[in-house]
Amino acid sequence: MRLALLADIHGNREAFEACLRDARARGCDRTVILGDCVGYGADPAWVVDQVMDLVAAGSVAILGNHDRAVGDAREDLGADAETAMAWTRGQLGVEARRFLANLPLQVEEDGRLYVHASVPPGRRWPYLDGPETAGRALRACVAQAVFCGHVHIPALYSLTAAGQTIAFNPVHGARIPLLRHRRWLAVLGSVGQPRDGQPAAGYALHDLGLGELTFLRVPYDVGAAAAKIRAAGLPRSLADRLERGR
Amino acid sequence: MGALRLAPGAVLDGFTLKALVHAGGMARLWEVERAGTPGPLLMKVPALVEGADPAALVSFEMEQMILPRLVGPHVPRFVACGDFSVQPYLVMERLPGPSLLARLPELPLPPLEVAALGARIAEALDDLHRQRVVHLDVKPSNVLFRPTGEALMVDYGLSRHEELPDLMGEQFRLPYGTAPYMAPEQVLGERRDPRSDQFALGVLLYFFVTGVRPFGDPQRLSGLKRRLWRDPEPPRRLRPDCPPWLQEIILRCLEVRPAWRYPTAAQLAFELRHPDQVRLTQRSERMRRDPWTTVLRRRFAEAEAPLARSRPAAGGIGSDAPIVAVALDLAEADPLLGDALRDHVARLLGTLPGARVACLNVLKQSRLTLDTSLDEAGRSKALQRLVELQHWAGPLRLEEGRVSFHVLESPQPGAEILRYARANHVDHLVLGARAKSLRRTLLGSVSAEVAAQAPCTVTVVRPRRPGAGGERQDAEEGTGDGWTVG
Repeated sequence: MRLALLADIHGNREAFEACLRDARARGCDRTVILGDCVGYGADPAWVVDQVMDLVAAGSVAILGNHDRAVGDAREDLGADAETAMAWTRGQLGVEARRFLANLPLQVEEDGRLYVHASVPPGRRWPYLDGPETAGRALRACVAQAVFCGHVHIPALYSLTAAGQTIAFNPVHGARIPLLRHRRWLAVLGSVGQPRDGQPAAGYALHDLGLGELTFLRVPYDVGAAAAKIRAAGLPRSLADRLERGR
Repeated sequence: MGALRLAPGAVLDGFTLKALVHAGGMARLWEVERAGTPGPLLMKVPALVEGADPAALVSFEMEQMILPRLVGPHVPRFVACGDFSVQPYLVMERLPGPSLLARLPELPLPPLEVAALGARIAEALDDLHRQRVVHLDVKPSNVLFRPTGEALMVDYGLSRHEELPDLMGEQFRLPYGTAPYMAPEQVLGERRDPRSDQFALGVLLYFFVTGVRPFGDPQRLSGLKRRLWRDPEPPRRLRPDCPPWLQEIILRCLEVRPAWRYPTAAQLAFELRHPDQVRLTQRSERMRRDPWTTVLRRRFAEAEAPLARSRPAAGGIGSDAPIVAVALDLAEADPLLGDALRDHVARLLGTLPGARVACLNVLKQSRLTLDTSLDEAGRSKALQRLVELQHWAGPLRLEEGRVSFHVLESPQPGAEILRYARANHVDHLVLGARAKSLRRTLLGSVSAEVAAQAPCTVTVVRPRRPGAGGERQDAEEGTGDGWTVG
């Protein structure tokens, strides 16, 4: 069984399609969507439609802060994100909004815990952006491996027997064995709005049989996605940052 | 963690334990067999008893991650690994012979034999480095030889894979390694530099040629750090018949700064295989250690600073330090082609600061007189070619040590160039396209043969000839003054 783990699609159809295509070509059987299907990008309705189809076919999807903000004005977003969210709310029909509102905060299967931002998931959405926060999240659960997104920069953490957290910066395509007796926390890169200086869409493939996790980057039609954002009258910075990957 | 009793006759996942081969502090090694798997096989089981070194488990995890990713003749073939929740183990191919450890009673060995051993080990290390692994525990007990001659490196428990999390380095503050062999930067916790393996190999070569370890066998961190500022006795002082070129190579491997060693293990292997081409610097002449005043100055002048800042080149291990071989057809002596080749090599070297150049010429021998090289005429011909090669390379102004000259002898130039490229791990072959002539029509193109079969990148250089712009029949062979086969 091969899982495609996708986080932070953010309404970017071109990036999402490119990742799904890449994952299929690599023999992936199932997808796990780790939250934030919408927000920032110009194709929220299309993305939610796809995710609904995937879930109907057995995939898992988790609630992200932007997904919740669609139906909950109390979510605290940045200025550009707030503008994009106001536009996004006007793009999604009843069915899509109901789907997003009913997404679970977490799903656990076979020792793997899926959340959007942190453990335990709740009202707030802290960033797991270093060994300290990642270690705290690992200690707050018993899952062997935690998968999340939200940071938009891929990273891998592991807890040692002595309780230290070690951090690793994964490179594209390297198969990393998630040794079973160790505990791991993988922060996925973002599909639709990478922020590590590489514009290519990020996701990961988890081969459950081999126990290997592979972080991947997929170049996609950034120009088309950025042009749609500008055409929709969304903040230009949201288009520019796709081109820079920051 | 399950506590299976491992004893001869026990069966684990289909592997039958036969005999305990080795019981060390970190792991035990069993000879095992399994129906359907060609043997002989070795099972490595980490020491997990109470009181065992906590690094034993982590180093076992590292090996479990790294070994299945390695391929080729210089690595034991990976067979299987066991689940940690039941019984962790690794099964790999078992080599018939003993490790180099078995040779210790014979030390010191003849210098030429040491150099030949060193070249084979350096080639194995270069292969590992190209697979993005730094071994970090090169020592006699981790070096074996295949019946076919290749050196084989075992024990990846302390190794570092560039693309995998470094569990050892992250978890333990103390440096792990083997005290006599550890590179200075490794003592300080740097685990990413492939040139650390050159240092360890330098220690091994020193030990094998003199019978003495250059830095002893220190037991404490302060003793380990001594190698940062105290130079070893020059090998020739302990072993007067050690040739200067071998001392040059050994002391260069033992340089404290990684940047002062060879750019790659392939270049080190090349030097060990071509003693006559080694540039003899002051290293080769040293007959005593540095005076205490110098040592003290080093000791108290931030000795660790140059190391902390030195990092291996970005863009992959040794990527800017290839071995480039240029094959010149001196018999045809086409000045236009000679110039075009030289210009091309100069451009290549401009972008590759660590590259070294081997200039080749094949002296064509008739099949009937195999021993012409021994007669006077043959020798003077080879010498003449050597002079011509040096003359060709002169305008490149390469410092000694970056360039070498080789006259090979064979009835088949193409096959000989290919043999040389394989034997010396050449990264890039540059050769000229033979001018359109009756000779090419009759003999076929050497460059085409080489380009089709070479184990590396090949650039075929063809000069633009004045007034020959419309050579229609050559169009498919590429235009411009060179084409590259990746």
